[in-house]
Amino acid sequence: MSSIDVPLRQGRFGQTSRRDLWWVQPLVVFCALSAFLIYANWAAFQGEHFRFGPYLSPFYSPELWGDPVESWFGAKPAWWPGWLPFSAAIIILWAPAGFRVTCYYYRGAYYKAFWADPPSCTVGEPRTHYRGENSFPLIVQNIHRYFLYLALIFLFFLAHDVWKALWFTDSAGAATFGIGVGTLVLAVNVTLLGGYALGCHSLRHLIGGRRDLFTSNTRRNAYVCVSCLNRRHMLWAWMSLFWVAFSDIYVRLCSMGIWTDWRLL
Amino acid sequence: MAQATFRIWRGDSQNGSFQDYNVESAPGMVVLDAVHDIQGSQAPDLAVRWNCKAGRCGSCSAEINGNPKLMCMTRMSTLDLSQPITVEPMRAFPLVRDLVAHVGSNYRAKKSIRPFKPRPPDFPDGTWRMHQRDVDRVQEFRKCIECFLCQDVCHVLRNHGLHEQFIGPRLFVYSAALEMHPLDTESRAGALKHSHGIGFCNITKCCTKVCPEEITITDNAIIPLKERVVDEYYDPIRRLFRVFTG
Ligand code: SF4
Ligand code: SF4
Ligand code: FES
Ligand code: FES
Repeated sequence: MSSIDVPLRQGRFGQTSRRDLWWVQPLVVFCALSAFLIYANWAAFQGEHFRFGPYLSPFYSPELWGDPVESWFGAKPAWWPGWLPFSAAIIILWAPAGFRVTCYYYRGAYYKAFWADPPSCTVGEPRTHYRGENSFPLIVQNIHRYFLYLALIFLFFLAHDVWKALWFTDSAGAATFGIGVGTLVLAVNVTLLGGYALGCHSLRHLIGGRRDLFTSNTRRNAYVCVSCLNRRHMLWAWMSLFWVAFSDIYVRLCSMGIWTDWRLL
Repeated sequence: MAQATFRIWRGDSQNGSFQDYNVESAPGMVVLDAVHDIQGSQAPDLAVRWNCKAGRCGSCSAEINGNPKLMCMTRMSTLDLSQPITVEPMRAFPLVRDLVAHVGSNYRAKKSIRPFKPRPPDFPDGTWRMHQRDVDRVQEFRKCIECFLCQDVCHVLRNHGLHEQFIGPRLFVYSAALEMHPLDTESRAGALKHSHGIGFCNITKCCTKVCPEEITITDNAIIPLKERVVDEYYDPIRRLFRVFTG
């Protein structure tokens, strides 16, 4: 019988009795979210190569200002500050960004990966002081449901983009029905974003969770459907994040002439 | 039969150290069997709490290789026997001795939760009728065996010691079972925000991962309660609506 003196109370950052590679998951989350952030910021400030044929990159949809012909309200607005490079994406991207930042899944994931609060379960933290989401600034996370309302409107626009991606302009200038690889890319994008947004915890609450009595089978069925998507919310979150970036890359590379968009129909 | 080395915490709240014990590992053996073996042959004064040996009573909670687990439900075959297996008491609570932690704070917190208050009976014989669709949701919460592993793993209690400001995941599950009950008429949103500290939970889901009853604590209890608190305190449109409707 030997005796090893180890203090029982856990103090130091990273201190744990765990033997597994507990740091792998937060590291992967850190790298994946950082890569997305860097790419999304870069792509949002490019202001070009976001349209190819009938395809519009989801980072730039809806295009409120920008292209004088294609956008809703015409060219760059006069009130745009001179010091800020103009891009149709940054006018709208705050809404989906806010939706993801305040999402219950991402919150838990980035508190671990970026703040080490905690770095992983039963692993020592770097700070002793803790306020959680109980006070400013993190108390603001409670507005998540308002970003959900915006995200549902965005879903509608992205679905409309898929519809527009079915109509190609032929050599005579007429619109003809068709399906290209890009159409499928945009269709998968709206499906994954739909699976993510429609499985939102706030939606689950608003659609039925807030009641103790469902009052009708329709309400209960709606709650069951949202709950079903909600069970895999993390998976939807990652798949939709990856695919929205890929959709932008696809449209961008086609527009730059690096990739060829194959017409399937 | 394989040899296993157990590195067990021995001591009280003042002093203590890990001590190594060798045990023969037999097929089907669980960690609690090994601890009993050690207690029977090498350390008769080893303090350990247990009762059912079947994952039902929630008494034998401990940290095995740093992971909060029930000792009676952790098979030796799931552990790497080539290295010493550490067994420690739950760290989020004051230590009594060896593997026994003092979990009284959880019972105190439970008393602070407003009790079940049903609506008046539906029938003259004093009974109620509930729709299955309405009770389905709270059924999951009733599986809790009060092992307090979720409380142990929660960093708000474990690392920050906010036992007086934060009731913890087990008691959010309990609050949710009452709050979402189809017959209950009480509101607990105010207490959840002000005295039960639901805002301290940063939804990192460690509690859900350790629950031996596989209760989806964070997604099905805590987040829905957070949303009810939002309804009450943080949703400006609802608040405005309430100003007009009274
Ligand atoms: S999800 Fe909340 S209650 Fe559960 S372990 Fe994390 S902070 Fe604690
Ligand atoms: S919720 Fe699960 S982990 Fe927490 S006390 Fe109950 S059974 Fe144990
Ligand atoms: S909780 Fe993830 S999108 Fe709302
Ligand atoms: S002894 Fe009852 S749960 Fe382990």
